[in-house]
Amino acid sequence: MSDYVPTVETSEGAQEMRPRSATDPMELLREQGAVLRLPEGVNVDPADMDVEAGEDDTMIINMGPQHPSTHGVLRVMLELDGETVLRSKPVIGYLHTGMEKTQEDLMYVQGSTNVTRMDYLANFFNEAVFSWAVEDLLGVEVPPRATWIRMLMCELNRVSSHLLFMATNGMDIGATSMMIYGWRERELVLSFFEAVTGLRMNYNYIRPGGVAADLPDGWEDHVLSLCDAIPPRLDQYDTLLTEQPIFRDRTEGVGVITAEQAMALSASGPVLRSTGASWDLRRDMPYWFYDEVEFDVIVGSYGDAFDRYAVRLNEMRESLRIVRQIVEKMPKGDYRVQDKKVTPPPRARIDESMEALIHHFKLFTEGFKVPPGETYVAVEAPRGELGCYLVADGSSKPYRCHIRDASFANLQTLPVMLRGGFVADAVAVISSIDPVMGGVDR
Amino acid sequence: MSDETVVDEAPEVEAASATEPEPELVHGAPVVWARGMQVAFPALDAYYDTVGALKADGFDFCADLTAVDYLVHGPRPLPAGIDPERFEVVVNLLSMSAHRRIRLRAQVPAAEPVVRSLFELYPGTEAMEREAFDMYGIRFEGHPDLTRILMPEDWEGHPLRKDYSVGRVPVQFKAAPAAR
Repeated sequence: MSDYVPTVETSEGAQEMRPRSATDPMELLREQGAVLRLPEGVNVDPADMDVEAGEDDTMIINMGPQHPSTHGVLRVMLELDGETVLRSKPVIGYLHTGMEKTQEDLMYVQGSTNVTRMDYLANFFNEAVFSWAVEDLLGVEVPPRATWIRMLMCELNRVSSHLLFMATNGMDIGATSMMIYGWRERELVLSFFEAVTGLRMNYNYIRPGGVAADLPDGWEDHVLSLCDAIPPRLDQYDTLLTEQPIFRDRTEGVGVITAEQAMALSASGPVLRSTGASWDLRRDMPYWFYDEVEFDVIVGSYGDAFDRYAVRLNEMRESLRIVRQIVEKMPKGDYRVQDKKVTPPPRARIDESMEALIHHFKLFTEGFKVPPGETYVAVEAPRGELGCYLVADGSSKPYRCHIRDASFANLQTLPVMLRGGFVADAVAVISSIDPVMGGVDR
Repeated sequence: MSDETVVDEAPEVEAASATEPEPELVHGAPVVWARGMQVAFPALDAYYDTVGALKADGFDFCADLTAVDYLVHGPRPLPAGIDPERFEVVVNLLSMSAHRRIRLRAQVPAAEPVVRSLFELYPGTEAMEREAFDMYGIRFEGHPDLTRILMPEDWEGHPLRKDYSVGRVPVQFKAAPAAR
């Protein structure tokens, strides 16, 4: 390719570590944001490093990518002085499958199938933000019922995602039985997802133009039974974890980050809110119908691992509060736009109408064309701001589809949180960020 | 949904355009409104200063930084005075106090894809710039640790470039001696 510019900086650059004594606050922030990146397999002589803890006392070890508490394939390089973490560096990319590149080869109608697999614990959010971006470029107005269904599914998805956090967070810290309870409650929510979409995960339910199918008969009862069943279980979590001295000792004051640091490092979601920064896109930049439901934004005060746990626990209660309001307010009407160029005709029509057959065939072979343009939309996912930057060139495939995943940015706070803590705290801290590597690496 | 956003921010458009002459400028960069969001097109040498001035204006959160390769979609609407280049670095800034966003699109030439790093302004762009470097080969000057982040460290090429083929996975039984 004539335009191809070879880049020589692809290999590892020189490792650089500044003397700790000669760092002003700005440089310290720089170091915390970006430290330690070592070529694999290179032995580092600790004598080369100027650190407070004597020359022979520090060692650099890898935690992960096969460590059970790194939530998948996160690798963290730790510089240790005994049990104390001096510096750390998250290394990612082990789950990178090039989904953004794949997206450029898939039609818009196939897009939801792909993006839903990114953050695989918050599938509905991925689908919703992608579909919203496509609709934004198309200029399509989604029927209100479709938007309310999206809100319903997203809020329940937030509950299921946070329930899984409760389970894994409990287990990482040693409350092993929490693992069983968290998964058990999550299964209740997933059973509703299965009733609606036919699948427990990777739903491909929210699509450009609306949702794939209307809610099944009796969905109100199913949802309300969830709203009744889960809060008592959350109270049990309070007993099991919140009031448990060991759990509190392991999380309180561990992995502290300030609001300024979190904002500077582009962290969002519960990580940001745990510091006391009250920022929730649902309330502060309302999208969909979030200005028509009442809920509180949960904020912490210390920015430690316990606050991040508490924020998530109470967010579930708020989400269920929203869900109850959605059940009351759910309007009648279409669940997707009746634009035959964007959404397929009903199955029954295909047998009767030649036109419907043609539309159906065209839609699934060629897809629909999206006018040129670019847009960025964002929703408040369980882990923070989930954005979609979409560029269309007028064809039926995205020219560029970038997903801004919250975990990807949130992981940058890890070196700040781990600094000065113990290795055992590292487990609690990684768990409290709740990274999903599928979303981080995409 | 997009309309709501337009309604929300429409008064600010009028306020901004009332004080400034046409075409609308933000810190010297021409601005257009796209789907309820301000999009600024800073020149490459003014890119860092524009972002810095916006940060001083209260855009305290860098939500996203990414890049686009316009190799096969060259002609695209740009404000007068902005020449299209192959790459674009796209920055999404968010003001948590004013509850609004602004997007910057800086044109980056293919011959010398070098942009000044925003790390000094927003340390959170560290991973994002590394991703843009990894995927597009755009070099960020002043970045503390510009290495590959998603691809293996010895990888050649930049996968999200448009001249980078998606490739094929060889199907093993094709090469195997056929039974027929």
